[in-house]
Amino acid sequence: MSQSTTVPPVSNPGQTKDPRTTAIRPRRRKESGGHGEDAGAPAPLWVKIVIALLCLMWIIPVFGLAVTSLRDRTDAAASGWWSIFTGPSQLSRLTVENYVQLFQQTDMATAFVNSLAITLPATIIPILIAAFAAYAFTFMEFPLRNFLLVFIVALLVVPNQVAFAPILNIYGQFGLNGQFAAAWLAHIGFGMALATYLIRNYMATLPREIIESAKIDGATHFQTFWKLIVPMSTPALASFAIFQFLWVWNDLLVALIFIGPGPNQPLTVSLVSLLGQQGQGDQLLTAGAFFTMVLPIIVFLSLQRYFVRGLTAGSVKG
Amino acid sequence: MSPITVTILNAIIAVVAGVAGAVVLFWILNKLTELLPSKPQELVKPYVFILPAFAALGLYLVYPFFQTLVYSFANADSTAFIGLANYEALLSSPNFQTTLVNTFLWILIVPSFAIVFGLLIATLADRLRPTGEKVSKTLIFLPLAISAVGSVAIFRLIYGAAPTTQNQTGLLNAIWVALGNNPIQWWQTSDFKLNSLTLMVILIWTQAGFAMVLLSAAIKGVPTDTLEAARIDGAGEGKIFFRIVIPQIRATMITVFITVLIGVLKTFDVVYVATNGGFGTNIIALNFYQALYVQRNAGQAAAIVIMLMIVIVPFLIYQIRQFRAEEASR
Repeated sequence: MSQSTTVPPVSNPGQTKDPRTTAIRPRRRKESGGHGEDAGAPAPLWVKIVIALLCLMWIIPVFGLAVTSLRDRTDAAASGWWSIFTGPSQLSRLTVENYVQLFQQTDMATAFVNSLAITLPATIIPILIAAFAAYAFTFMEFPLRNFLLVFIVALLVVPNQVAFAPILNIYGQFGLNGQFAAAWLAHIGFGMALATYLIRNYMATLPREIIESAKIDGATHFQTFWKLIVPMSTPALASFAIFQFLWVWNDLLVALIFIGPGPNQPLTVSLVSLLGQQGQGDQLLTAGAFFTMVLPIIVFLSLQRYFVRGLTAGSVKG
Repeated sequence: MSPITVTILNAIIAVVAGVAGAVVLFWILNKLTELLPSKPQELVKPYVFILPAFAALGLYLVYPFFQTLVYSFANADSTAFIGLANYEALLSSPNFQTTLVNTFLWILIVPSFAIVFGLLIATLADRLRPTGEKVSKTLIFLPLAISAVGSVAIFRLIYGAAPTTQNQTGLLNAIWVALGNNPIQWWQTSDFKLNSLTLMVILIWTQAGFAMVLLSAAIKGVPTDTLEAARIDGAGEGKIFFRIVIPQIRATMITVFITVLIGVLKTFDVVYVATNGGFGTNIIALNFYQALYVQRNAGQAAAIVIMLMIVIVPFLIYQIRQFRAEEASR
């Protein structure tokens, strides 16, 4: 199955754990190894300087937001956030007052709960559905299998925008608009192609012999799926879960269209309304913006390894 | 109970019910198929396994696509067919022409710069020690976890403009004014597409990390022996990079370009939040939203989506070809 050596090398970092693949490719370095490390010499100074500058360019905007969210309104309006470096008195004036006000004056706390209520089912349910489909595509033979698989690959690039007007009409008939379920179902539908595709690609690298022996032992497909394949596919399931979590948490379009402003609105919609009331709410805006980022950043940093694996296994293969 | 407790309880009930519902669905479907005699059961089972996935895809992408195609030939409230009038109205409107030009610039500039930065960081970080490599890559990668709305909030502190008499609190204008110039309203200045370009920076900032991760994996896959051989032959680092590394990672570069391009085509939130398409910054995905929600013209909105779809078709075909090639080599 995956014994080929013609697959572009990049498509494999996610699979280096598979002992057979590593055995076939002894040349492959361990995941953290760079070419510089092999040479043994430290990188030249200019490389370090360029990298440092790029990293600064990338992180300064976030840092600026974090600092501004801790400055009171008059300070933030009178000088840029970088004045904490030029005037030491500015540093001692930092305060969490904006965050206190944020939770007193806005519905951000409720929006946080709403975001969780939208994101968790919209992340977990598609994994289950896609894993079943991926199992069938990998381990079962049936007519039209390859055609249906190519169909899923094609759907990967179809823009979600095609769905909005027709789905709104259907939701309207069932009174679903504005409910959490409206967003769940939409995210399940929009995420399904990627989920099935990613998970199938991973399952295709699993050794077939295990399935065959389970069959001989009299296990049904349903049992093999739950007891063998799901545990073995955890890396792929995890990497899709992180994708989908970040995607749904950060989504604005689906939230605006199917949930809209109101009691069930998630954080992104709340943040847009804070952005709208310019002038009076600037100090709340910076605090609110930072607040919406905390959870995805934590998820991202702690599970980064899986996320990278999902990216390299999924997108490059397509 | 306080309102927030009610919300939390509702959320928990919703989460449990939603997930349990999906598990029960599969259990019931499986039990039902097991009632069949073994021959037809073997035949039906694969379809039962893929049924929920295809139901979701059918309901949320396939059916709506055809429905949208039909709407695109109908009037604003989809009550009468008007032929190609929606397409004609759009293509002859100067606003939509600006939108198309902008969209074209977005899908050309954002993926290109994301690749340039991603490649630069991937190549250079590859020469650092493992810790340095990991930290620098994490920093570049981080914006991918931040929502577009959040990014705009972040970049308001970069692009902010205050009247000349006041201190500039936007970083870019602070530097610009310190150099002896007048502050610029970056998001309102449409000369040379300045505002669109500054908005593109936001998306490049988030997408470079994505490009970096894929390109970095590709660069690490370039066999060391070819690099060593070139070094022994006396080739400079620049020559090695352009003559040996780049050709070997070309396939990945194309994939990254297309993936980012398709992402950019669908993106609406950066422009929506920053300028709402004003000052000549509109792009096609936002124009769709405005047609559907502001102008309430379902016909034109549908026509915009179909045009979006037409732009995507070549990439869709490329995607399928790539997949077929991969499968054949499995």
